[in-house]
Parts: sequence; C-alpha cells; structure tokens
Amino acid sequence: MTAILSRVRWLPVYLTLFMVFLYFPILLLPLFSFNDAATASFPLTGFTTRWYTALAGNDVMLGAAWNSLVVGLTVSIITTLLAICAARAVTRYRFRGQRPATGLIMAPLFLPEIIVAVSLLIVVLQLGLQLSLLTIVLGQIVFCLPYSMSVLMAGFDGFDRSLEEASLDLGETAFGTFRRVTLPVVAPAILASLLVSFTVSLDEFILAFFLSGTSPTLPVYIWGQLRFAAKLPEVLALGSIMMVASVLLLSAAELFRRNAERRLQARESKS
Amino acid sequence: MTAGATVPAAQSRRWRESDEARGLALISPTLLYAIALLLLPVMIVILYSFWSQDYLTIDRTFTLKNYQEALFQPIYRDLFLRSLSISLVVSVTTVLMAYPIAWYISFHGGRNKNLWLFLVTIPFLTSYLLRVLSWKVILGYEGVLNTGLMASGLIHEPITSLLYNSNAVVITLVHSWVAFAILPIYVSLEKIDRSLIEAGRDLGDTALQSLIRVVLPLSLPGVISAFLIVMIPTVGDYVTPKLVGGKDGVMIATAIQVNFGRAANWPLGAALSVTTMVLVSAAAGMIVLGFRALVRSVR
Repeated sequence: MTAILSRVRWLPVYLTLFMVFLYFPILLLPLFSFNDAATASFPLTGFTTRWYTALAGNDVMLGAAWNSLVVGLTVSIITTLLAICAARAVTRYRFRGQRPATGLIMAPLFLPEIIVAVSLLIVVLQLGLQLSLLTIVLGQIVFCLPYSMSVLMAGFDGFDRSLEEASLDLGETAFGTFRRVTLPVVAPAILASLLVSFTVSLDEFILAFFLSGTSPTLPVYIWGQLRFAAKLPEVLALGSIMMVASVLLLSAAELFRRNAERRLQARESKS
Repeated sequence: MTAGATVPAAQSRRWRESDEARGLALISPTLLYAIALLLLPVMIVILYSFWSQDYLTIDRTFTLKNYQEALFQPIYRDLFLRSLSISLVVSVTTVLMAYPIAWYISFHGGRNKNLWLFLVTIPFLTSYLLRVLSWKVILGYEGVLNTGLMASGLIHEPITSLLYNSNAVVITLVHSWVAFAILPIYVSLEKIDRSLIEAGRDLGDTALQSLIRVVLPLSLPGVISAFLIVMIPTVGDYVTPKLVGGKDGVMIATAIQVNFGRAANWPLGAALSVTTMVLVSAAAGMIVLGFRALVRSVR
C-alpha cells in the first residue's frame, strides 16, 4: 500500500486541474452577471447589479419562477411518497420480480431523456390532454424517481428491523410503529429525497420543454431568451440565482443524508 | 365443502402476510406509475414506428418504411453516425478522466470521502442548460477564451473554430457527464478487498501490475456502468448540439424533435427514437464485450 502511495504525487495535481475544469465554467456565470457589459467577454468593464434589478421587474420571468416552484414542490412531494414505498419494499422485503421492477423505476437514468419526453408527449396528445404544468409534473416524477430512490434506498438500507418488531411486540399498531419508530430514523433521508428531487425538477429542461403548454418553467423561459443576444446578461443573472439555490438545496440534502447515516450507525453500534 | 374452502382461504391469508405479498403491495404504486408513464409510452412509441403518417391522420397498417427511411436516408444515416461517434468519444474520455478521480477518492480520500464525492457531484445536479450555456460563453467568437487570449496578447484575431462544431459538443458533454461517471467507478473501487492488493504487492507486483491485474479487473463492473450511464443518454442529447454544435454538430435528437414538432411526422420520429436506442445499445454492448475480453487477456 505504501508503495502505491509513493507513486501518487501526480494525482493531487490532476485532481486540482480536474476541479478547475469542473468549476471554472460554472463560476463564469455569476462573474459576468455582475459585469457592466451586454456581452460576456474580457476584460471586465465594471461592477453592476442592474441585471438583477431588471430581473426583479420582469413579470414573465417571475411567472416562470412561480411555475417552477409549483411544479418543483408537487414533483418532489409525489416523487418522494412513491419512492418511499418502492425503496422500503426493496430494502425490507424479498419478492419475485424485484429486480425488473427496480430496473424499470431506475430506467430513466439509462435512457436518452428525449425518448422519455417524446413518448410522454405522444401519450398526452393521444389522450387529448392539454399540455400544462400538470403534464410537466407527470413527466418529471418519472425522471426524478431514480434520484429519490437512490437517496432513500441508502437511507433505508441497514435499518434495524428488530426495532420495529420490538415496537409491535410491545403492542404498538403498525401505523404507530411506522410513525414513532421507523419515521424518526428515516426522516433525514426523506428530507434529503425531497430536496434532491426538488432541485432536479427545478433544473430539468427537456421534459419541461416538450410537455409545457403556454406556461413555461424557468429553464424553458431561459431557453426562449437565448435567441436574443441582448438578454444574455439577464439570463446569466437568473442562472446564477438558480445555481446558488441548487447548491444550497443540495448542501442541505447532503447534511440530512449524513445525519441519517450517523443515526443508522449509532443504532447499529447500540444493537 | 367448508373444509375445502378454508384451506385455500388460509393459504391465501398466509400468502397475503408473506414477504412476497407485502413487498409487491408496497412497491405497486410506484411500479404502476412507472408502467403507466414510462413503459407504456415507450411501447406506444415502438407501435407508432410501424405506422405511417398520412397527412393529418395516422395510417395504422404495419409498415417498415419509417425504418427504411431512418436507416438509409443519407441525412439520418449521417446523424446516427455522428451521434454514435460523439457519444462514444464522450463516454471513453469521461471514463478515462473519471477513473483517477474515483481512485483517488477511494484510496486516499481518508475521512473526506463524502465531501469529495459531494463536491464532484454538485455540478452534475445543477442546471444542465446553464452548464451548456457557460460553454457557449467560453467558446464564442467574442467569448471568454478568445477575448481572454487577445487581452493577454497571445492571439490577435479571435479563433473562429472554437464554437459550433462537434469538438465543442464533445467538450461540453464531457464536462456535463464526467462527474456522473465517477460514482459507479468509486462504488466498485470501494468494494475491492484491500488485502488482495497487498497480497499482490507482497508477491512482487509492481504498482502498475497491481493496477492492471488486480484493481482494474475488480473495478470493471463500475467502469462498465460508468461507460453505459454516459454513452446511452448522451447519444440523444438535444441541448448541447443545439447551443454549441452549429451546423456541423447536429445530432439525432434534433431530427427527432423536428418530426414531433414542425414536421409533424410522429411515426418517423418514433422510428428514429427506436433506432437510436437499438443502435446505441448494440454499440455499447459490443464495446463492453470487447473491453471484457481485453481485460481478461492482460490479466
């Protein structure tokens, strides 16, 4: 092992370069959103917050933001409820058809998103439904399920079943056991799932693009604005806000997830 | 009569209380949702691909003409070839770039493993559209790279060949997906029993031999899933070719979108979607088999 260690000095260098490659493009958006010029180019011309001010008075953008919020909340709640059932089923029980069932639920991770989008579009239009926020919600739930499932399966795995058995033996009802024994242990994982699926929904573009009618979500609104070169700084400002929001939400999710891990470990060491 | 009825009743109650039944019951809402909004729609797309568009109506007689068009029309053939080669280049580059990172985190991450994983995955989960946009900002004619290089005096004319070609698409896609490829590789590296590596080293393996003969074969499942998880979705990418690909970087998703939108030829769009899936699965499958054989032979 030490012999391998001695060979790895180039690795930290590569890791640093890699992180620069990963983060540099993303950090450019906030940088230019505060730059006092209509194009994103060097040299920087001066600090301004006018792109953000312009954004605050943009009613179409605010409408799209409201749509994103409504869609994101609905998607994250329904996705998490569905994922709780499925994740609990596959971590607690063994049953026939478990692998194909899990495979199907996780499949959107392995499919080109556009194929999921057009297939839903065909069905929605065939059924004569209007494209609306509802159709975006229906589609994004499919897309968010794998992310929620991964978070929750990790959270439920290693849950000590004897705790529940003890509770049932002591006369608690099945629901009472769930509420007073199971839920407190898995709550952080559930919160993490809510936050992750909300973030994925907030940033999701393809499904929203194909399945939105006249009311866009934020990414669809941004897509429409990209045609106008003059709108770029405003888009950069909006994009920066969305990125900060995503990072905050994901950081919170990560904290909850770690909390969940710690709780599970604590239970394990006690038992 | 009564005896005959109670035995199956008792059996069915026992079944209902079994793990089997409880598991199925619990997963069924989610499973039904996925069947209704994923499996069925995909089946319907497959069905559509065998029908044909007759002006405003759909002719439901079985035909293969959409596939004929998808496979033999030069425009679609070129798009398929380009999409496949771009996704192949992207997935190979991504895996090569991701492996050392996953290795570093797994073997030298120490107590900060989770923090590293988190830092690496954050960009993947923040808006994909915005990440593509930032590459447009970097590579543009009056973009960050050109104006930066000119301000530093390294070049005097903007370089025109940066944006709107397949290279721009490859760079952007690699940036978008590389973080995602790290996770499966990391998971498989974590599962490797460290004493196996030590045993190999004690018996005289050099560090490189140890990597090739122990670590790499044992992490192969992770490498393969990283490869698949990048190659299959990227073949149908829509945003990147649209924003940074220009005319030379158009991929198959644009053709699919046109047929479901303006051109309103759903059956052809469906056939293009199905062909994309079949081609990319076949290509990925062949590469995985080849890779397995290669690793077996060096072992």
